[in-house]
Amino acid sequence: MQAPAHPDTDQVWRWLSEVPDPEIPVISLTDLGIIRDVQWQDDTLVVTVTPTYSGCPATSIINLDIETALRERGIDKLRLERQLSPPWTTDWLTEEGREKLRAYGIAPPIDGTAADGVLAGRIARLAGTSNLTVACPRCGSTHTEKLSQFGSTPCKASYRCKDCLEPFDYFKCI
Amino acid sequence: MAAAAPATGTVAQAEWLQRVGDNCLILGHRVSEWCGHSPALEEDIALANTALDLIGQCQLWLGLAAEVEGKGRSADDLAFLRDAGAFRNVLLVERPNGDFGQTLMRQFLFDAWHHEFLKALSDSSDPRVAEIAAKASKEVAYHLERSADLVVRLGDGTEESHERMQKALDALWPYTGELFMADAVDAEIAAAGIAPSPDSLKDGWLRTVKAVLDEATLAVPAEGWQHKGGKKGVHTEHLGYILAEMQFLQRAYPGATW
Repeated sequence: MQAPAHPDTDQVWRWLSEVPDPEIPVISLTDLGIIRDVQWQDDTLVVTVTPTYSGCPATSIINLDIETALRERGIDKLRLERQLSPPWTTDWLTEEGREKLRAYGIAPPIDGTAADGVLAGRIARLAGTSNLTVACPRCGSTHTEKLSQFGSTPCKASYRCKDCLEPFDYFKCI
Repeated sequence: MAAAAPATGTVAQAEWLQRVGDNCLILGHRVSEWCGHSPALEEDIALANTALDLIGQCQLWLGLAAEVEGKGRSADDLAFLRDAGAFRNVLLVERPNGDFGQTLMRQFLFDAWHHEFLKALSDSSDPRVAEIAAKASKEVAYHLERSADLVVRLGDGTEESHERMQKALDALWPYTGELFMADAVDAEIAAAGIAPSPDSLKDGWLRTVKAVLDEATLAVPAEGWQHKGGKKGVHTEHLGYILAEMQFLQRAYPGATW
């Protein structure tokens, strides 16, 4: 239990679950799984955030959004810390977050495929086409093809559905 | 500024971290030159994303280099305020972009090394190095998958694309040797268990490269003269032009932010 002087960490987590990802605003920062820890150190709130991609330009915006959201709720002593290890993987995306992505038209990452072993396997095959079956977020067909490894943001690849013919983004596993 | 000289290990470590960061920075900048000029939209986006990953990794490496150096400089200071002679990247990454095939071949030869290198660093005795490597390694796996795929498509493509890829390979091959040459800094880093000696990565690199080139119907060049110097700050004339563009703003308007 926290002293009544400041909101407890559960409350802070709820507030953070209302902060949207700046690039994919249908999911929140907690859906994305990038908030590692929230704790009070004396009268300072410390929020630990992990980056998705090293060069993700949204990282600084995310930090700013967290700060803005918490200051608006009256938290003025705040420190953000970066934690690299263990590195973020798409397996940290919540179930709810995956559903929101699908409904928005982005195929969510396939469960559990972010493990290093799978990546290593892919590298070993080199130059082959992807062995992952990505379902079209619009019609559900698995008859899809990869157009490009990199989509509109580093975290997405471009796909096309061969049944409904719609192009779509796939939130790739990393 | 503290008068005491830093421990010798730290000097070598800062030097080594600058090498790692500068490779990412210069290649990232080179690749970003394609933004808006690629032959297809998807390739333009892919190249820009690759550049972005590399610049992001560079921020982590140079941030650590600056911290280890302990002279109060930041990653930005290292990137924007050093002159060519202070850069420690290998010559391969400053090679001009040439045509699309040449850019992709350079990327592939680098990615294949980068992937081996980062895998090995995941076991580094320095946890700060290991955690950056673990993060970057996942991104580089995608770089390698893509560049290898395109080398195969273009190598085993039309007569013209095949010819261009072979030419690119022959021209870039003499710049790959530097990735595996060890000097006193590397020896000290290896002895401290921070990173393996560069030459120990060659077999793994060659395996990947040969497998892909074989599938691409390209001939692996014979062993021959290999250029070196970048790791010690002796660069080709191309680096100066890169820095002139990359550093212009901070040089002309010191401390500018937006």
